[in-house]
Order: sequence, then structure tokens, then C-alpha cells
Amino acid sequence: MALATPKKAATTPAANTDAYTRGFARLAGELASGGSPRLQALRQAAIERFAELGFPTTRQEAWRFTNVAPIARTPLTVATDAPSVTAADIERYHYADCTQMVLVNGRLAPEHTRLLGLPEGVVVSSLAEAWQSHPQLVEEHLCRYAKFDDHAFVALNTALHADGVFIYVPKGVVVETPINLILVGAPQDEPLAFFPRLLFVTEESSQVTIFEQHVTVGEGTYFTCPVLEIVAGANTTIDHYKLQRETLAAFHMSTLQVKQHRDSNFSSHCLSWGGLIVRNDVNTTLDGENCTAILNGLYMVEGKQLVDNHMRVEHNMPNCYSHELYKGILEGKSRGVFTGLIYVKKDAQKTDAVQANRNLLLSNEALCNSQPQLEILADDVRCTHGSTVGQLDKLAIFYLRSRGIGEEAARSLLTYAFAADIVTRVKLPQVRRDLEEFLFRRLPKGEIVRQAV
Amino acid sequence: MCLLKIENLHAGVEGTEILTGLDLTVKVGEVHAIMGPNGSGKSTLAQVLAGRADYEVTAGSITYRGEDLLELAPEIRAREGIFLAFQYPVEIPGVSNVYFLKAALNAIRKHRGQEEIDAMDFLAYVKSKMEIVKMEEELLHRPVNEGFSGGEKKRNEIFHMEVLDPTLAVLDETDSGLDIDALKIVAEGVNSMRSPERGFIIITHYQRLLNFIVPDVVHVMVGGRIVETGGKELALELEAKGYGGHTRAAEAAAEAAMPASG
Repeated sequence: MALATPKKAATTPAANTDAYTRGFARLAGELASGGSPRLQALRQAAIERFAELGFPTTRQEAWRFTNVAPIARTPLTVATDAPSVTAADIERYHYADCTQMVLVNGRLAPEHTRLLGLPEGVVVSSLAEAWQSHPQLVEEHLCRYAKFDDHAFVALNTALHADGVFIYVPKGVVVETPINLILVGAPQDEPLAFFPRLLFVTEESSQVTIFEQHVTVGEGTYFTCPVLEIVAGANTTIDHYKLQRETLAAFHMSTLQVKQHRDSNFSSHCLSWGGLIVRNDVNTTLDGENCTAILNGLYMVEGKQLVDNHMRVEHNMPNCYSHELYKGILEGKSRGVFTGLIYVKKDAQKTDAVQANRNLLLSNEALCNSQPQLEILADDVRCTHGSTVGQLDKLAIFYLRSRGIGEEAARSLLTYAFAADIVTRVKLPQVRRDLEEFLFRRLPKGEIVRQAV
Repeated sequence: MCLLKIENLHAGVEGTEILTGLDLTVKVGEVHAIMGPNGSGKSTLAQVLAGRADYEVTAGSITYRGEDLLELAPEIRAREGIFLAFQYPVEIPGVSNVYFLKAALNAIRKHRGQEEIDAMDFLAYVKSKMEIVKMEEELLHRPVNEGFSGGEKKRNEIFHMEVLDPTLAVLDETDSGLDIDALKIVAEGVNSMRSPERGFIIITHYQRLLNFIVPDVVHVMVGGRIVETGGKELALELEAKGYGGHTRAAEAAAEAAMPASG
């Protein structure tokens, strides 16, 4: 069920694009010092495109329910350097037995890098370093997949990214230790904007697991606008986990763009519970036969948080499988938006695509807009989509209470139960524990939930 | 000692009266069977006893161990020793059957001023109860009722009852739809718990269960009240003759009562 909201006057964010063009000018020296002539030209084209586009408005279909005016209104300054954070600051985001790399406000914090037993040929480095050490690889892939023509935030990132992470896995290599990327937002006195750029390239028959955590050290408003491009080579297995756990004062507009070659298996788990206005664009193109894309998500928001998951799965070749399950728990006056398009090209016969979005509203003032969409040009496919918005089952609450569980704990148990099928899909114990801990802390009487699951 | 005393209970849902002046007294140590045709209000009685808010009590009283039961929230009733085996047990995905029971048992123990049971003791305790209801270990670790067959769900209710060790257990058609093996397990569960300190109200549609659980008292419920009470032989009589006579009598009584109640 999609909830329609009454049409209201579109909010046009103040033309606050100047801050970014000024930032572009200020960073010109640094941005010109790395990269390639192609990237320089792209940066220029992107900042010009952003100036034309401006911030999206709710008049645009893709942004109908997500008003980014508060970001446009905030007097943001493009970050030109990064403060340092201590090991203690980020200790709770550290995962044992993982390679680790930390970005602070979009720039590498090299003192926190730990490379653990990376096989021969695997590269985990900052993007700036990768331009030095592997210029051809970076040139071949960076900014090739995430398009900025009609996307202001991808345009901003393309123009303004100062640094980021580059991961490369050569043919046949299995990276057994997961890679934990901690992207720290460190708020300063003046609100900052930063644009981390991530690129993961995997060659044929390789395998890797990557965590991407977005966290905050300190308190205050900032705007992070990350873009991640992933190239899944033929017959690869890539598991990507994104934990968006920033301060409630953060703005987060992210894009994940995946290109899948034949026989590749890509899974993404997108867990969002931080930030004030959060948008996750998750796009994958299945460009070879027999690809699998598993896209799961869980969002839990409260207060005045808004989280928007915007998915596009393009089935361009036959015999591919995609499965999306996004679940949302909305409290307070929060808002959840889900838009999911499954596009099946004419030749993509035998496509098997499933998409579901389920929402649990815990308050009368929370709101959800869910729009699953199918666009199918092939004639021999199996595609299903569904969307639900509901509340806790009163009978189930009564059942639990009739066994001696208090009402609050019963509600929390059922809320946990709603989230459980995403929790159990998180195969990696580190991430799963973090997710569970978050739920136990967040839910009233969470200690009883902890005991009962 | 009187465990439960229901007097002139009137209750309904959304303005429709279902219980129309029900009286019932259960003493400790007794097993009462309540039989009656569909729609006679048996399940409503069970739900009202457990405290479901959808049913409104408009008149009458329920006294449980000397306390006004209607004043208590469902979880307090449970902690005070009332257990309802649901006719349709609810599936709770993601919540493990055994850990859920541990949380429930600890909530009950805390209410009674007892210490929380530790994990090892709990496991040993649960294992002993599992044997009684021939519960497979696997069902212990599955989410509560999720993907359980009908019979497994009913057995799980009896298992919950065994673990939570209530003072008054109400079984709402726990026997319905069970094959003979499952029925025997349910009956053994109840029989193993019969004691001078405990009472049972067994609501059933079928006499067959009472071949395995021999009740002390049998009631016939029609039109929202108890219309006849007798010994275990009453169940056999009903089996032979059906509820026809009772239904007609109840209708006549309702008609007679109508002018008086306005």
C-alpha cells in the first residue's frame, strides 16, 4: 500500500549553490594536483551541472517526498582539511580481525589504517594514493558508473571529492578478512560539507566483504555526500554492509552504483538509523547473464528524522536474479520513503526479481511513502513487488502479555521481531552484533528483548 | 478454597453482549470443563479471564484468590498465576521460543519476589518439561510458533503452561483439530499438572478430550451463560443428545428475560 500525500507547493531550496562553487574554487589547487585530465574535465563539468541543477525540489519525481531544503538552507562550507580523531574516538566502530581504513570529513586519517593479511595484489588505499600507485586502474573506473547529469549530489561529489578509498581485488583472489571502512563525520564550529568517493574494483572470480560505516565523532551539523562505485567482475562474490549511524544532526545524501558482470553475486545490506535527512540511492545494473543481486535494508528512525531509500535495479541481461527487502520502523514524527524500480530490458528474459518494502509505524504521527515500481519490457520474466505499512499486532501484544511480559516489553519484542528477518540476514557477526545492540539500546525495556531473543 | 469466583458476568465487544450473566466458581484442585455450541461465548470467557482489552465487561465481577481480577492488567494476571492456552496461538518471528519463555518466567518470578533463574537451571528445568509434552528440541530454538503445525502450536501452549507453572490454567479449545496422539500429549500435560493447589478450566467443543482428562465438574454454556452443571457423566450425555435441548431452553430464557431487561 502506498500512502498518497496531498500535493503541496514544491519547496524550492534557496539558491545556495554558491557555497559549493566557492568551495570548488577554493579547493582548485588541491583538486588539480591529482587525478587525470579526464577527471579534471569531469570535475569542471560536474560543478557546472550542479550549478544548473541546484538542489532537487519536491517537484521532481525522484525527490517528491524528500525535502532537502534544510540542507540547502544550512550555511555549509566545503571542508578543506580534516581534524584528527583519536583511536578512542572510533574504538567502538573498530571490528576485530578486519583491515581498517578511516576517513575523517572525507579525507584519509592514515594513523588509523590497519592492513591485515591482504593477499598479494590486493589494494586498499586512499583514493589520492591510488592515483599515484594505480593510475590506470583508477582512470579506467573512477566516475564511470555513477552518472551526475540528473543527480545534483552525484554532481557535487564528482566535482568536489578530495579523497576517498580505493579497493582492488585481482583475479581469483579471496580476501578473507573483511575490510572495515570508517567514515567519520567530525563536526566543527561552522557546518561543513564533504564528499568521500569510494571505488571498489573486483576482477574475475574474486571475493571480498566490505563494511562501510558512517559515524560521528563530536556533535553538530554537517553534510556528507558519499558516492561509492563498485565493479563486480565476472563470477565474483561481493558482500557490502553499510551502517549509517551518524548523529541526528547530520545530513547524508549517498549514492551506491554497482556494475555487475556475468555470474557475479552482489549483496548489500543498508542499515540506517542516524542522521536527520538521509538518502540512500542504491543502484545496480545487471550487465551479464546469471547475476545475483541481494539488496536488503533496515531503517529505524524517530523524532524528525527522514530516511529515503531509493533503489533501481536494472536487469539488462537474461537469467539474472534480484531480491530486495527493505524494512522500516518509524517512530515519533519521522518519515520513511521507499522508492524501488525494477527495470527489465527487452532482452532480459527469465529475469527473476522480487522487491518488498515493509513498514512498521509505532506512532500516529510517523509517515511512510512507499512506491515499488516495475518497468518490464521482456515477456518471459517473474517479477513481484509489494509494499506494506502497518502497526503492531494487538493480538500479538496480548499474547505476550498473557505470558507475563509487560506491555512495553511486549511492544519492543514485537518491534524486534519485525526487524528480525533483516537481522538474521546479516551474516557477519560483527555487524549483526552492532545491529542487535542498537536495537536493544533503542527499544524500551531492551534488556528484556536482549534476554528473549 | 475458592480459586475463582465469577458472578453475573456481562461482557461483550463493540456493544454486542456475548456473556449474559455468567456464574462460575472454581475451587483449587478442581478441573472444570466448559462445553457448548459455537458462539456460546466460551472463547470470550477465556479472553476476558486473561484480560484482553477488546472485550468490555459491563457488569458482574471476577474474584481470583480474593482479588478483583478485572482491575489487573493481563501481564499482572499472568504473574499472579493465570495462564491462557490460546485457541489460535500467535506466531512471533525472531523471538526464540525458549528465550522468550525465560523472559516470561523471570517476569513472573520477579513479581513474586523470587530471584531470576540462571541459564543452566532454566535449561534443565525446560528439558524436564519438554519430555512431558514430547517437544522436539528443535521447536525450542525456533521463533515462537513460527512455522509450527497446528498440533505443534497447541503442544507449545501446553509446554508454556508447564514452564510457567500457573495456579489457574484456562485451555481454550486446545484439543480442537488434534489427532489422537497430539490429543493424548495435551491430556498428559494437563494430568501431570493436576494438583490440590491448582485449578483448570478446560473449554472444549468435543467430548473426546474428556476421555483423557477426567473433569470434576462439567458445565454447559449456551447464550453467554452456564445453563447446566453436572459431573463428568454430563459430558457423555451431551455427546449422545447434543445441545439442542439447552439451546431451546436458553432461547426461551432469553425471551423471558427480555421485557425485564428492557
